[in-house]
Amino acid sequence: MMTFSPQLEQKFAKMLTAYPEGKKRSAVVPMLIYAQDEVGSITPELIDEVARRCEVTPLQVDEVVGYYSMLHRKPMGKFHVQVCTNISCLLVGGMELYEHACKKLGISHKQVTADGQISLEEVECMGACSWAPAVEINYDFHHHVTPEKLDQLIDGLRKAQ
Amino acid sequence: MPKKLYNEPSPLETRILSKRFGLENSESLATYLANDGFKAFRKAREMKPEEIIEEVKTSALRGRGGAGFPTGLKWSFVPRSSPKPKYIVINADESEPGTCKDRLLMEYDPHQMIEGILIAGLAMDAHKGYIYIRGEYRYLIDHMDRALAEAYSQGYLGKNILGTGFDFDLYTHSGAGAYECGEETALLDSLEGKRGVPRMKPPFPAVAGAWASPTLLNNVETFSAIPAIIRDGGAAFAALGTPKNGGTRLLCVSGHVNKPGVYEVPLGYPMMKFINEIAGGIPGGKKLKAVIPGGSSCPILKADECDIPMDYDSLAKIGSMLGSGGMVVMDETTDMVKVALRIMRFYAHESCGWCIPCREGTTWLRKILQRFDDGGGRHDDIGLLGELSKNMLGRTFCALGDAAAMPTISIVEKFAEDFEKRLARDRQMVAV
Ligand SMILES: Cc1cc2nc3c(=O)[nH]c(=O)nc-3n(C[C@H](O)[C@H](O)[C@H](O)COP(=O)(O)O)c2cc1C
Ligand code: SF4
Ligand code: FES
Repeated sequence: MMTFSPQLEQKFAKMLTAYPEGKKRSAVVPMLIYAQDEVGSITPELIDEVARRCEVTPLQVDEVVGYYSMLHRKPMGKFHVQVCTNISCLLVGGMELYEHACKKLGISHKQVTADGQISLEEVECMGACSWAPAVEINYDFHHHVTPEKLDQLIDGLRKAQ
Repeated sequence: MPKKLYNEPSPLETRILSKRFGLENSESLATYLANDGFKAFRKAREMKPEEIIEEVKTSALRGRGGAGFPTGLKWSFVPRSSPKPKYIVINADESEPGTCKDRLLMEYDPHQMIEGILIAGLAMDAHKGYIYIRGEYRYLIDHMDRALAEAYSQGYLGKNILGTGFDFDLYTHSGAGAYECGEETALLDSLEGKRGVPRMKPPFPAVAGAWASPTLLNNVETFSAIPAIIRDGGAAFAALGTPKNGGTRLLCVSGHVNKPGVYEVPLGYPMMKFINEIAGGIPGGKKLKAVIPGGSSCPILKADECDIPMDYDSLAKIGSMLGSGGMVVMDETTDMVKVALRIMRFYAHESCGWCIPCREGTTWLRKILQRFDDGGGRHDDIGLLGELSKNMLGRTFCALGDAAAMPTISIVEKFAEDFEKRLARDRQMVAV
């Protein structure tokens, strides 16, 4: 059995009452993503725990994990830098920005820096098209990002470690 | 604090849904109530369900999620007298490339959407709703959770709302990264804790949706339009737009314009006026080359096709769509090979793999386009891209297959010269 922080336990308790009688399976995806934020990745123990709480088999949870792009079986960095290169961002320098991030961090798509602190991902449209190019670090949006602004953001993350 | 908006509003907008954007504490229930909030709910409470639905029909509101289906008609399909519980599901998956408006509606005016949902609840005799929000919008999920808590604490959600005897519970539900989960039936599977694979239709969600119960599913903006429709009357909303295309909508303009942003205009607003006046025209005095009118799934328009009013029917007439309202503007320097490739990389990545024409088709198209972009294109590829895409059309299980094929067909047909130019450049490289 796993336990989570009191705040998350409270969230999960409420979540399990949100769906109709006997439909706890509905909590699988939200529970996985909130728990991943605390645990760091989707571990086998986490799958068992979510299965137990949502009253489904571990296999039913496992098959969901591979489907959703935000769920990871391996830990990403403490700071996950996501650069959008989809159409609106592409037109105003999103691809160059992503390439700049690769160089600056010395890693590429879905890799983590050697110290485990920062990871990088080239992502699809994240709903910031009118304020492109856009970057999301963990859950924080950054708009109109230039290579210089990205350097500052990354340097800031390194200091925050 | 007055909210700092993501972009300056334009004086040319008609702000109905966005009229509270930028007000002090616009997201609070107090601000909402001080600015017409919940007047529509009180009015709807005195109306018969059929009257509510009739008003929505009169408004000529059409779904803002992409397909533009008449909302009132959809509402009338939900069997109100079914003994099963009925559910309301709000599509806040917002993942169509080019689209970033639902985010603002929830961030700046969450109670407007809540009121719209409650009115739908009255009309459907539904008592539970789920807001399915894409996982990347965590800050918004938290924001909506706070708005819901505020509404509960002041009696606008929960039991016996405003002493009317009407109960309604509303919850947020996080996605976890999957474009396909924006498709309504895939969304319902995801809501039920499964992979987001679309379902066979019929039965439509109105009859058998969430947990096999009758379900009304609409986009965030569609629900957000309901309070104005009930408050001021469906006819007033309809009159803002063009026939069968009622009201205003939020357009998200991005790409090569001086003032990219989200702006609210009436349906039927002239596209070139929108680009040149509201969006500030194209930077550097460059010429317009192409426009994707409503998200990356829509067939592309050449510059000389853009002198049209923006409503569903006018765009359909020239073979495109108003879609999700995500308008992407491209200037004369844009390389359409790169555009086609990036669009196809997206669909190949997001194909759920359930049916072969889409899974294989998108992968194949992506590979051809990648080779073309890498300098290994062949002349036959141009025809092959069009043919392969046409073979996908109408043969896939859900609309994602069409969404991948349609822009590709239009790009290859309308911008073949960009592909030819690449071939000429490749030949020169070999000669050198
Ligand atoms: C692949 C695909 C993705 C979609 N993504 C979204 C989306 O992100 N948001 C949305 O509201 N509708 C999306 N839709 C449209 C929905 O299936 C559905 O038509 C819509 O949510 C209905 O609401 P409306 O009538 O209010 O537009 C998508 C459709 C397809 C085929
Ligand atoms: S068309 Fe594509 S996304 Fe839709 S069901 Fe088939 S494989 Fe899945
Ligand atoms: S295309 Fe980059 S945020 Fe939409």
